[in-house]
Amino acid sequence: MSDAHAAHEHAKLGFWRHYVFSTDHKVIGIQYAISALVFLLFGFTLMMLMRWQLAFPGKALPILGGLFGDNRMPGGVMLPEFYDQLGAMHGTIMVFLGVVPLGVGGFGNYVVPLQIGAPDMAFPRLNMMSYWSFFIGGVVMLSSFFVPGGAAQAGWTSYPPLAILNPTGQTFWLIGMIFLITSSLLGSINFITTIIQLRAPGLSFFRLPFFVWAQFVTSFLLLLAFPPLEAAGVMQLMDRVAGTSFFLPSGLVVSGQALHASGGGSPLLWQHLFWFLAHPEVYVLILPAMGIVAEIIANNTRKPLWGYKPLVYSVLFLGFMSFIVWAHHMFLTGMGTVMSSFFQTTTMIISIPSVVILTCLILSLWGGSIHYRVPMLFALAFLPMFAIGGLTGLPLGLSTTDIPLHDTYYVIGHFHYIVAPGSLLALFAGIYYWFPKATGKMMNKALGHLHFWPTFVCMNLIFFPMMLQGLAGMQRRLFDGGATYNFTAGVQHWNEVISISAWVMGVAQIFFIVNFFWSMKRGKKVDRNPWHATTLEWLAPSPPPHGNFENALRVTRGPYDYSSPGAAEDFSPQGEAVPAEAGA
Amino acid sequence: MTDEHTAHVDTQVRAYMVVFVSLLALTVITVAIAKLHLPVALGISVALGIAAVKGSLVALYFMHLISERKLIFLVLIFTVIFFFGCLLLPSFNQLDAVRVP
Amino acid sequence: MSEAIPYTVEARPDTGVNNVKIGIWLFLASEVMLFGALFASYILLRLGADSWPAGWNELNVNLGGANTLILIASSMSIVMSWASLEKNQPRRYRIYMTITVLLGIFFLINKGFEYHEHIVEHQLPSTSTFFALYYTLTGLHALHVACGTLVNLYLLLPGFKMWKRSPEQFTNRVETAGLFWHFVDIVWIFLFPVLYLLP
Repeated sequence: MSDAHAAHEHAKLGFWRHYVFSTDHKVIGIQYAISALVFLLFGFTLMMLMRWQLAFPGKALPILGGLFGDNRMPGGVMLPEFYDQLGAMHGTIMVFLGVVPLGVGGFGNYVVPLQIGAPDMAFPRLNMMSYWSFFIGGVVMLSSFFVPGGAAQAGWTSYPPLAILNPTGQTFWLIGMIFLITSSLLGSINFITTIIQLRAPGLSFFRLPFFVWAQFVTSFLLLLAFPPLEAAGVMQLMDRVAGTSFFLPSGLVVSGQALHASGGGSPLLWQHLFWFLAHPEVYVLILPAMGIVAEIIANNTRKPLWGYKPLVYSVLFLGFMSFIVWAHHMFLTGMGTVMSSFFQTTTMIISIPSVVILTCLILSLWGGSIHYRVPMLFALAFLPMFAIGGLTGLPLGLSTTDIPLHDTYYVIGHFHYIVAPGSLLALFAGIYYWFPKATGKMMNKALGHLHFWPTFVCMNLIFFPMMLQGLAGMQRRLFDGGATYNFTAGVQHWNEVISISAWVMGVAQIFFIVNFFWSMKRGKKVDRNPWHATTLEWLAPSPPPHGNFENALRVTRGPYDYSSPGAAEDFSPQGEAVPAEAGA
Repeated sequence: MTDEHTAHVDTQVRAYMVVFVSLLALTVITVAIAKLHLPVALGISVALGIAAVKGSLVALYFMHLISERKLIFLVLIFTVIFFFGCLLLPSFNQLDAVRVP
Repeated sequence: MSEAIPYTVEARPDTGVNNVKIGIWLFLASEVMLFGALFASYILLRLGADSWPAGWNELNVNLGGANTLILIASSMSIVMSWASLEKNQPRRYRIYMTITVLLGIFFLINKGFEYHEHIVEHQLPSTSTFFALYYTLTGLHALHVACGTLVNLYLLLPGFKMWKRSPEQFTNRVETAGLFWHFVDIVWIFLFPVLYLLP
């Protein structure tokens, strides 16, 4: 079927099939991206609310405080149960409804088929089902705020027995997770099949852009690590509604009364199954971001990435190792020395590929002709932020140093450095970078700077003090910000600094939101390759039509052929159109 | 549909028959052995061992794994490794755990 | 527009497989991890238990054994249904697929009887961790049997129209459904001894 015919067939679809129930990977990618950005904003708003309670414990929130009702914020003062709901849902939403759907569902779906020269994903209808499963999961999650007892409030980690004894919102959390996991599983099958099967002629594995490798490994993590959490979710659901005791130990006493359950369960079983997913999940959070940064660095240094092969082997090794480190989240559960040594060793080993990847990206800057465009600002900022995040993880990965740091604000600082000024900055970079491909317009540069600088500065003001608080022993998940404990008195004052920085950062996002929507209509029109980039997506029109490329492609070189001596321009596209007669 | 193709399928069908009969026999054997009420460790090993043989027969022959592409094996090999990790490491953890005397 | 997506039916030369073949094996890989987690739970909970009942004392070995034979027979019948299509024998295909569907339904009916027996005896998921695992493992498995049977039924009745239009693609679909079905069989091959036969 020729592309003109295909495009005509597509044009005959009505509004619903075209924009809502579309099977086109680009539409689905945008659906994921917009939904994820909305969820990210919502999850961030939950945190901005929490930060009031942390900065000014027990004080009424002016104006807005009255909106939440007496069962959440009577007189504008946050109840501990509501604080816990905000905390659990902030984590859940940011991870499962925000970063992953944006990084994998959004960027993965939109960019991967284009970067491999494919007309779409291998299974377009499955792709659509993935999105709607995610959407339903999101609705279920969000609706949990409105059930009696409120949303899940046992942390995003939902540890039993507490999670089993919690109100109805936890059941919604479990059901929501099942939809989200299903979405990810279907999506990962699609990604892996697409990358293996639909690469354009000449696009061997070692000519793939690093972004595609990153998505490839990410999909394997999702495919193989999520099912145990799905199983655990079903078991916790059964403990809550069917009276089973998978995770309830014998002899449990709640509020002075023995719990009426068969007992014999193991709370640690949940922890194992949860972290079996949740550790690879953190690599799901970072890998697409690394992929995005790699693309932008190559493009904005006008030279190939340094160490392409080490990057690829590292990301494969990282993916493999990520399955056997999970119990470093469980060092304080009475673990014996043999298992503790095993998990400490694997955890230390896994830091090596991360360092290799970061080093290759940094070395890629050396000798480059650096263009400080807005995507590059975000990509550059990622590097030291991820370095801080990664390095601060080392004491957590060794059990002796983990003992004083576990469940303190140090941990919060550590992982937020990786996800927030790490992944999130990279995801923003990706939006600024690929916006012209998706819309044919450029985002505004001045607004980009107004978004970047406050965000970057505030992220550090928010998360660096948390390291100090954690080192002083301030525990996480305390609704009064640790005020009850005298030994944290010296670091309490940071709470105000952190909270104010968070609110300022919230305001700075307005520049992004305005830029995003304004540029769609009024942004500077650009041609199909405004960045003069080498990868295949830039050969397609902006925006690409259904089917993506006007002609069949063949790939003739590696992904980052920049500044090649003797070449006419400082970049050579990775592929070229195959003449119509030859391709027919 | 070439004769060569039909002959090839017929060879496979013959293999299926052999596997089918073996599976039925092994099922009967495993139930019979269970009725002997062997000691725990031996009973578990034998039951799981026979199950492994049965499972392998289904996977190799009914699912055509014995003639399948390297690519599929690659996916499965990692799956098997992680399967055993998930299966065994939590229990090793339990066995190694610190016990209050 | 499946024609626009290459290798939906024909194999890609360098990988040697078509898209659906990889897709189903990836899906089965995830299912291995799903049931793996449940088996892991069995091991951990049993290790931590003071006492654990012998399977044959709590469960109906005869019904379980019969179900094992049923599933094995259905695995045979579904692979024969595929082989029939490969040999261009659609009538034989319909016979074998019908057998597969009926055996699947038979399995579920047996399971229903078993559950009924247990419920009447007040053996519920809440009774003990053994029963919690029994119901969850066999329940999830039964859900897979049910879904597989629905897929097989679809391929037997409305889906069969594709045989006329596109025999190669239809044969691939039957092979794919077969792979899922065999997996469900393999899970039961392990479930049966673990739950019913272990001392």
